[in-house]
Amino acid sequence: MASDTASYRLRINGVEQTIESSDPDQPLLYGLRGLGLTATKFGCGLGQCGACSILLDGRPTRSCLETIANAQGKSVVTLEGLGSVAAPHPVQAAFIKEQVPQCGYCTSGMIISAAALLAEKPKPTEDDIRTALAANLCRCGTHVRVIRAVMSASGQGG
Amino acid sequence: MSAGSAPLAAPLAARAFTRRTMLKAGALTVGFTLASLQTRAEGAAPAPRMLDPNELDSFLAVDGDGTVTLFCGKVDLGQGLRIAMRQIAGEELGIGVDKIKYVEGDTALTPDQGRTSGSNGIQRGGMQVRRAAATAREALIALAAQRLNIAPDDLVAAEGEVRPKNGPNNAGAGIRFADLIGARSFNLKLNPKAPLKNPATYTLVGKPLPRPDVPAKCTGAFTYMQDFSLPDMVHARVIRPPAIGAKLIAVDEASIKDLSGAKVLRIKDFLAVVADDEWTAVRASRTLRAQWSAGSGLPEQDKLAATLRADRDITDEVLLTRGQSAAGNPPEPNPSATMTRSASYFWPMQSHGSIGPSCAVADVTDNSATVWTASQGTHGNRKTFARFLGLPEEAVRLIYVEGAGCYGMNGHEDAAADAAILSRAVGRPVRVQWSREDEHGWDPKGPPQLLDLSGAVDPSGRILAWRTEMWLPQTTRGLPDVPLLAPAAAGLDDVRGLQPGLISQNADPPYAADNVQVLVHWLKDAPLRPAPIRSPGKPANCFAVESFTDELAAAAGLDPVEFRLRGLEDKRGVEVIRRAAALMNWQSRPSPSPNPNAALAHGRGFAYVHYKHSESYVAMGMEVAVERASGRIKVERVACAFDCGQIINPDGARAQVEGSILQTLSRALMEEVRFDRARVTSLDWASYPILRFPDVPKLDIVLIDRPTEPPVGAGEAACTTVAAALANAVFDATGARQRTVPFTPERVKATLDGV
Repeated sequence: MASDTASYRLRINGVEQTIESSDPDQPLLYGLRGLGLTATKFGCGLGQCGACSILLDGRPTRSCLETIANAQGKSVVTLEGLGSVAAPHPVQAAFIKEQVPQCGYCTSGMIISAAALLAEKPKPTEDDIRTALAANLCRCGTHVRVIRAVMSASGQGG
Repeated sequence: MSAGSAPLAAPLAARAFTRRTMLKAGALTVGFTLASLQTRAEGAAPAPRMLDPNELDSFLAVDGDGTVTLFCGKVDLGQGLRIAMRQIAGEELGIGVDKIKYVEGDTALTPDQGRTSGSNGIQRGGMQVRRAAATAREALIALAAQRLNIAPDDLVAAEGEVRPKNGPNNAGAGIRFADLIGARSFNLKLNPKAPLKNPATYTLVGKPLPRPDVPAKCTGAFTYMQDFSLPDMVHARVIRPPAIGAKLIAVDEASIKDLSGAKVLRIKDFLAVVADDEWTAVRASRTLRAQWSAGSGLPEQDKLAATLRADRDITDEVLLTRGQSAAGNPPEPNPSATMTRSASYFWPMQSHGSIGPSCAVADVTDNSATVWTASQGTHGNRKTFARFLGLPEEAVRLIYVEGAGCYGMNGHEDAAADAAILSRAVGRPVRVQWSREDEHGWDPKGPPQLLDLSGAVDPSGRILAWRTEMWLPQTTRGLPDVPLLAPAAAGLDDVRGLQPGLISQNADPPYAADNVQVLVHWLKDAPLRPAPIRSPGKPANCFAVESFTDELAAAAGLDPVEFRLRGLEDKRGVEVIRRAAALMNWQSRPSPSPNPNAALAHGRGFAYVHYKHSESYVAMGMEVAVERASGRIKVERVACAFDCGQIINPDGARAQVEGSILQTLSRALMEEVRFDRARVTSLDWASYPILRFPDVPKLDIVLIDRPTEPPVGAGEAACTTVAAALANAVFDATGARQRTVPFTPERVKATLDGV
């Protein structure tokens, strides 16, 4: 029966957690949000918009496509794990300083993707940023501020 | 800053169901974390609040702890009202923004200030708040004058107290607002004559204060509509028909029997699945088998403009005439120097394109309904929801919770109606989350806009005649006539409720012209439900008007900026044009450019609008490169001079202008709802692409602050000039006119090949 549930163990924001599910193909997104980690957003469920981006073993990953079975045993970082209002990650601090978000629904995915870029390339060019964020969509039109914030977080400009 | 502080929880309406006694309440209107919410006690009634927008107490309450609570019917969608309203109120009242608590869009707590639409948040809603704060200050000073035995003219309100105007800040000489008014109400009407502060003395208005929601939005602490939950809540997915207008024939409930806990709910043609956990609801919605009838049909997409033009079920209305000839017909080409032109422009149906699909939570019983919604029109929707739920209006409460945005009325109202109907059926709180396919397929759409323009110009650039003919669905005449999906499918009475906005404005030229006529053919129906997308209708109208202006300038052999200035008397209009031209380092010459056949053709374009002929002034220049072989447009730079009168928060206004430009560039370059004869087929971001980072141009924006002018809307006006400036730049670069949005490479290539 499908009601049989299994346990999936992950390290989420530095803490060992268990997600119970009857479906090994359940996207990690729903597992995270079910734990109250709602910074990670449902946007399309198709891997097209980037709103659900997380770091999986350090790599930017679409949590709407990643299954909990596949994520088992791995390390997940969500926006909540990156930093807080009191102690923000440099990218979060730069987004706040540049007043980036309007509605802000895409912001979580933007910050995660930008943090992954800076981990890989601490001094990106503007073109690097445009390329790295090309699959993160924003409807409010905050793009120029996003670029400015990521440059600022990398210690360039701002 | 502490501006994120939530108001004290306002209890929900009393409900009989004991299992719902632990609901979390009211602070959700501005709450950033669920942890900040308060638990409601069984049987608690909503704190009775004055809601009459003519009453001071409806807007402002002086609290005992040195703070003030501001109650706004207008809501923050990301445009920054949470700080701008505090700046307006704090300035006029004499209290810091960090001492102002903020409640927005709650039919039980905030006055009805109308929908947050039409870019009127500040210019109407904000001015009510200014009036309220000024009335309160006058009252508090009067109270202090009695208490201190000092003339009111010698007192000042500042930092949350009334104190003598002269002399140093005498410690102990001031009286705190709370000590003046105590726990009492003001019991005063808004006084339209209450003195307003001199803008020269402003300390809050005009400052780029940070938006209080930004830190929470950057760290995951912000509770969006999509994140909101109630105890005992179930998750629902609605299954829409495979064709517009299809009826539900049969449902195979056994098809989801393997999904433990999933249930089917059907009310006539309204079909949904519910489950305790969201993923099970998603799986059930994908697994459920249902049989539907054929739909009501859609027109052929490639012939849409012709279909609109051929529609005979129309009512004609002359919206505007000016000049000598009421008919506005282009005169005969006499004198011989007169040049006549005519052209058709088309703007397709577009989707709101919120990054998060619509979502709502509702808790409906036999006697009451509470709906948490990201709708921009909580108060307006209250009547609609009461009607289709068959409840008295007082028993219905809508509470705004910010959702994924788009600056238009997307599927949020429909999702709220879904949730309300399902909650009543299930007897528990229900959360409805639309899928990406739902949002792209079923959000009400910006209607198609077809415009025929004709006119005549003489060699001096004088416009002799101008005529605009428009084809628009009559449901866009400003009435809330568009039905909500769920009540209509469920066969409920009186299901109308969506208001698509006034989309016929700015269809006449803002320049001197001897004869002007604007005629609209009102069509009985739109192919898909129409809705107000940001700056409803005006981007299409201005696209036509400002493209045609460019066509007349080219006909007269005049520089486009010079042509506009010759026909413009409004000084503020002239100034934005001059400022934008200066940003562009504009060199006077007629279009097209001297080298329109280059493989990579460069050009510049210009457009101007006086929004709604009464609000913001916008002038916009654009630089593009057009790849002749592919038809691909690269927008390199957008320069914009923007005058929205008194600027409340320059950083907020700038963000609105940036967003207006980029969102509308996306619409002009890429966006068109695709459909076959049964349904929408552009159901994801691959088939309905929007602007991405590599497409984003350099933006140069100049804001012109006019502290002594009334503030007018900054959230829409800069959308209107984008497509025209872009089309005019492509013409300048290549000599090819773009008259159909979006300017896809394929379409541009076809016009290049035709030149």
